[in-house]
Amino acid sequence: MKIRGFAWKYGDNIDTDLIIPGKYLDIGDVRELARHAMEGLDPDFVSKFRPGDVIVAGRNFGCGSSRENAADVLKELGVGAVVAESFARIFFRNAINIGLPVLECEGCGKIEGGHEIELDMRSAMVFNHTSGSVYRAGSLPDFILDIVEAGGLVEYKKKSRR
Amino acid sequence: MGMTISEKILARAAGLPSVRPGEIVECAVDLAMTHEGTAAAAQKFFAMGGARVWEPGRIASLLDHWAPAHTERIAGVHSLIRSFVAAQGIKNFYDIREGICHQVIPEKGHVRPGWLIVGTDSHTTTYGAFGAFATGVGVTDMAAVFLDGRIWLKVPPTIRFVIEGDLGPHVTSKDVMLYLLGRFGTEYATYKAVEFAGGTVRAMSVSSRMTLTNMAVEMGAKAGIVAPDDKTLDWLEPRLGFRPEVMNNDTDAVFELEIVINAGEIGIQVACPHSPGNSVPLHQVAGRPINQAFLGSCTNGRLEDLAAAVAVMGGRPVAPGVRMIVIPASREVYREAMGMGYIQALSEAGAVICNPTCGACIGAQMGLLAPGEVCIASSNRNFKGRMGSQDAEVYLASPAVVAASAVAGLIAGPEEVAGK
Ligand code: SF4
Repeated sequence: MKIRGFAWKYGDNIDTDLIIPGKYLDIGDVRELARHAMEGLDPDFVSKFRPGDVIVAGRNFGCGSSRENAADVLKELGVGAVVAESFARIFFRNAINIGLPVLECEGCGKIEGGHEIELDMRSAMVFNHTSGSVYRAGSLPDFILDIVEAGGLVEYKKKSRR
Repeated sequence: MGMTISEKILARAAGLPSVRPGEIVECAVDLAMTHEGTAAAAQKFFAMGGARVWEPGRIASLLDHWAPAHTERIAGVHSLIRSFVAAQGIKNFYDIREGICHQVIPEKGHVRPGWLIVGTDSHTTTYGAFGAFATGVGVTDMAAVFLDGRIWLKVPPTIRFVIEGDLGPHVTSKDVMLYLLGRFGTEYATYKAVEFAGGTVRAMSVSSRMTLTNMAVEMGAKAGIVAPDDKTLDWLEPRLGFRPEVMNNDTDAVFELEIVINAGEIGIQVACPHSPGNSVPLHQVAGRPINQAFLGSCTNGRLEDLAAAVAVMGGRPVAPGVRMIVIPASREVYREAMGMGYIQALSEAGAVICNPTCGACIGAQMGLLAPGEVCIASSNRNFKGRMGSQDAEVYLASPAVVAASAVAGLIAGPEEVAGK
């Protein structure tokens, strides 16, 4: 699985209340909910983000709540993948479970906003086509990659139960 | 080589003689806890091809985040969950009257030492206060647990905080946790288990220990653990109807790190906006005017927390212009607090007492903040926008500090308001 897109760069400790504030969680429709994604951090995010682009962040991305809506809204907006120096564990699981590709990559701090990057999930490599740099990311076990490639755990389980 | 409590629990749940940190194991879940997340989990469960949940008796579910329903949509979510649990034969279901999951689930006897518990809530780590390995998952993970009661987990290494010595006056387990967060940061224990040990922890009540394990997730931890002792068992016995077995660290258990902390160096702490890690000694922020004081949540909404607040307030009223919101963590706590006269005292002081619910903690339904407002809260998170406006400020502190601040109208310690 390969993902290629432009980087949207954010810092450390992007928490789930920044990704989607609790006060909106009573909105049921994910499309509606997604209009508030990242609004406390970057009011331009929803209007300017182009499907296929990639979020590049610092340490502890997705810390805080277990709300899966945080991963849902990013996927709904067409986020191609999230690359971060590290993730909070529940967000990481949730992203995999809904089929949002995530890679943990120590060196990704060097990637700048607007750079065109490419992720190879199976080989856990991140290529920066703008700067020419290549980074090694933390590799994921095959069964986890299978879940992501299936489009998430629902599809994966559906298939494996057939 | 010996195993830690967490490793032993995961080994047992995985049906293996032993496990090591870093190993990915497939575990059988002893208890699956769900709140309003049940609705989304159920939907995904059916989408996965599920028809009947694996074992209804191993699921405990309740309604607490938006209770009672404040919008028609939430009413619909609640109604859907009621139908789902009824149809699936899930008898351990607690409707809106009982209170917050992390208080109600142990109270109702659904937690045992040595159990593997997963819950659709990040503060599921709370149950580690009873020697369980308990961790938060999302609703898709939960849907898969509904299917077959199994989940893959990576065995975490354990960081052990050994806290020794006496805590100073008005210094509580909340201050200990805020101190640790301030000193070590909010990602210090990401993917790891954190054990709280030492004489200071042994001396704490079960309720106080729950505050530690509750906020272990604020350090990124997958689980927070306190080794069970007689206090734990005395608390559990009447609720379970028997005295449970316990699992303890092997004497040669290997910890990734053991950090000894002298309780005497911990003072009263306040976490400044917008992170529980921005914790500083009280005197650095004392005097900051507040608009709201919130006493409640699964972190500090228990009987001893209300008692501490009442004692600090000492019959003095909430300062003019300040809103004090009090939310007992459960119906049991509420009723006991009434029996003790705490609810009456807080109401007389001018506090608004709400039904047991998450309420102001998650800023979803009540007690929201306007732009520019300042709140001091006994809850666990002060992320930007968590309690309403993105431009509001939330400070986290112990119940004693919340109560003192409510009386003073500004951030204050218990000793500053005493005698005024
Ligand atoms: S009280 Fe707050 S932290 Fe606890 S479960 Fe409810 S929303 Fe979560």
